[in-house]
Amino acid sequence: MVYLTRRYRFSAGHRLHNDALTPEENRRVYGKCNNPNGHGHNYLLEVTVSGSIDPATGMIFDLVALDGIVNGRVLDKLDHKNLNLDMENFRDLVPTTENLCLEIYRLLHEPLEQAGAARGLRLSRVRLEETSLNSFEYVPETEDGRKRNS
Amino acid sequence: MIYVTRRAEFSASHYYHNPSFSPEENRRVFGKCNNPLGHGHNYIVDATVSGAINPTTGMVLDLKELKVLMEQEVIQLMDHKFLNKEVPAFAEKNPTTENIAVEIWNLLAPKLTHGQLHRIRVYENPDLFADYYGD
Repeated sequence: MVYLTRRYRFSAGHRLHNDALTPEENRRVYGKCNNPNGHGHNYLLEVTVSGSIDPATGMIFDLVALDGIVNGRVLDKLDHKNLNLDMENFRDLVPTTENLCLEIYRLLHEPLEQAGAARGLRLSRVRLEETSLNSFEYVPETEDGRKRNS
Repeated sequence: MIYVTRRAEFSASHYYHNPSFSPEENRRVFGKCNNPLGHGHNYIVDATVSGAINPTTGMVLDLKELKVLMEQEVIQLMDHKFLNKEVPAFAEKNPTTENIAVEIWNLLAPKLTHGQLHRIRVYENPDLFADYYGD
């Protein structure tokens, strides 16, 4: 099994707020991130896929195909957008970076795994850096035993 | 599983020495790091916590709490210190990057209120780091 990670960047705005909480609770839980006008980040996205090496090409997946899927399914939807208002799934779900990792996994895993089915391609990890100090990653349970390889 | 990582930095000095080794052995094993006057690094600590997303907040834990915990338990103890002389854990144990990672795990793990501590990664410099998973 070989793992391949590609980095991408996008910029987006968000506001962390839950209508089910009182204004005081929202301010306490989310702090500065609860600012009603929102704020933004330069996100760094790492997409890790795994599979077997194709002996003919020496690759597990075509990077151009990977870029095409990530651009089409994720970056075109998120870059320079307001996550709360432009993303259907964040109308009722707080766009924390934890939830954004899960959302990006949901957007990518089927198209990637279909495109790489010949080599048993799996989407093994989605990692997001929100700032240089805060990062988040989602590893599906089926891949978690290999976590330390990442 | 969701993993959340908070990064913090500290600068400290240290040297490596084992009193049961001869001076020659110490120099051979530890090389430049055996200089008894010490030398320093800018360390980076990545503390990774795993857990489930709280459906109300959308978060695994409050990263500000983790930031404050790292500041109180680790940075105040180690930043701008001579680790061998000023951090009790290293009075008789070399403050190697490996031992620093284990010590930081021991400082943070019992104080976490949400999630499970998954990994402590300590960079001594950008090319050298140690990971500890608590076992």
